[in-house]
Parts: sequence; structure tokens; C-alpha cells
Amino acid sequence: MPFQIVLNIIIAIMWMFLSESYSFTTFVVGYILGIFLLFVMRRFINEPFYLHKVWKVLLLVLLFLRELIVSSIDVVKFVYKKDLDNRPGIFALPLEVEGNWEITILANLISLTPGTLSLAVSDDQQTLYIHAMDIPDIETSINEIKETFEKAIMEVTR
Amino acid sequence: MLFDILIIFFLLSGTFFVLSGALGVVRFKNVYLRLHAATKSSTLGVAGLMLGAFLFMLTEHGIISGKLLLGILFVLITAPVSAHMIGRAAYKSDVPLSKEAVRDDYKKTFNK
Repeated sequence: MPFQIVLNIIIAIMWMFLSESYSFTTFVVGYILGIFLLFVMRRFINEPFYLHKVWKVLLLVLLFLRELIVSSIDVVKFVYKKDLDNRPGIFALPLEVEGNWEITILANLISLTPGTLSLAVSDDQQTLYIHAMDIPDIETSINEIKETFEKAIMEVTR
Repeated sequence: MLFDILIIFFLLSGTFFVLSGALGVVRFKNVYLRLHAATKSSTLGVAGLMLGAFLFMLTEHGIISGKLLLGILFVLITAPVSAHMIGRAAYKSDVPLSKEAVRDDYKKTFNK
């Protein structure tokens, strides 16, 4: 992937030299041309086309934003509730993702999901401890974390 | 006109979320619950305010303000991290969960 990006930038700079105009617009045009060239020549590079991964990153960012909006509305509902009768607690979530990067992204995502806040990672990086605002209705978000987030993260990093 | 409505929408909803976050910090019972209010709704509120300001600069003065977009990005990245750190520090310094707490899995493995 880094190789393809470097190649793409080189193509863009070559385009700037060829058209003898050294502005940002020309660079962007050259870059788009480079994407097209790399797409056409993708058979000769023995790794997947890199825009595929960029697309996955974009999907992850969109997921991040959606969760942020949903959870904010959730918290606001709690704030204006008449009596705060929620039952908080800490639960342990066994992790499937590995490595510092993946765990960091997952912990950040979890902090932004409705009603959950990542609190700590165990020393062996196997479990994530999550503080939940209301334990009884947390089961659905555990499923969502498992099904949606971990998969989306692993698609980006692996 | 359309942009005006959009700007007003972003600014108003941003302000609303920031206000709700502040109210939540006052109303909730302990550190952990307050962190919920402080991270989520105020992050979205600040992002909304900055987006509104960005659109205003773009349509009124024709300036593409990269600083505002970067601001949104950094708030999004840093808010959950700081919440994580504050929550962990609170737990390590023995701040109790609230009385209604029903579950504490962290306690079993926790050693000082």
C-alpha cells in the first residue's frame, strides 16, 4: 500500500512537470490520473488496489460519526429524564482484535457508542473493561460491538 | 438562504448539545457517569458549532477554513482518549461506583 501511494504521488508530480504548471489543481488532476493508471495496471502489482482500503477507512469514519450522533442523543435523553434510575456498572468484554492500534481504535469507538465508556485494558490485552450507564439494556450494544465494530476495524487493519 | 438555514441549524443544535452536556455534568452522580455526558454530547456539540462556523466563513467571506475542520478532527480523536484516562485514573484512586451499580467485573482482576 505505501508503495502504491508513492507511485501515485510520483505520477502526479510527473503530470505537473509535463503540463508545466505547478499549482495544487494540477497536482490533484495528476493524482486522479495516477489512480486511473494504477487501477488499469493493478494486475502487475501483486497486492490489492489501495483505494479499496481507503474506502474501508471511509466506511469506518462514517460508522464513527453515526455512533457519535446516536449516543449523544441517548445521553441527552438521560440528562433531561426526571428521575435518574439507571443502574450503572462495569462489564468485561473479551477482545478479538489484537495489537495496540486496533485496540486503541476499538476503545475510542466504544467510548462513543450509546451508554458505554471504555475504562481500562487488561495487562495481557485480552479484555476491555467498559463502564455502562445502564447494565440491563446493554446486551444489544455488546452484540453491536462484536458484530459491527470489530469486523470493520479488522477489515481496515488486515 | 438555504445556507443560512443550514448554518442556523448547525449552530443551534451544537449549542443545544453543549448545554445538555454541561447539564449532565452537573446532574449525574459520580465521575464515571459524568464522563458519559462530558465526552459524547459535548463532542458532537463542538463539532456542530465548528461546522456551522466553517459554513459561515465559506458562504459569507469565501474562506475555506482548514483550521476549523482540523479542530473537529482533533476533538473527535482526543475526547474519548481523555475520558478513558480520567476514568481509569478515577478507578485506580478508589472512586466508588454509584450506589445503584449492579456489576463490577474490573474489581476481580484489579490489583494495585
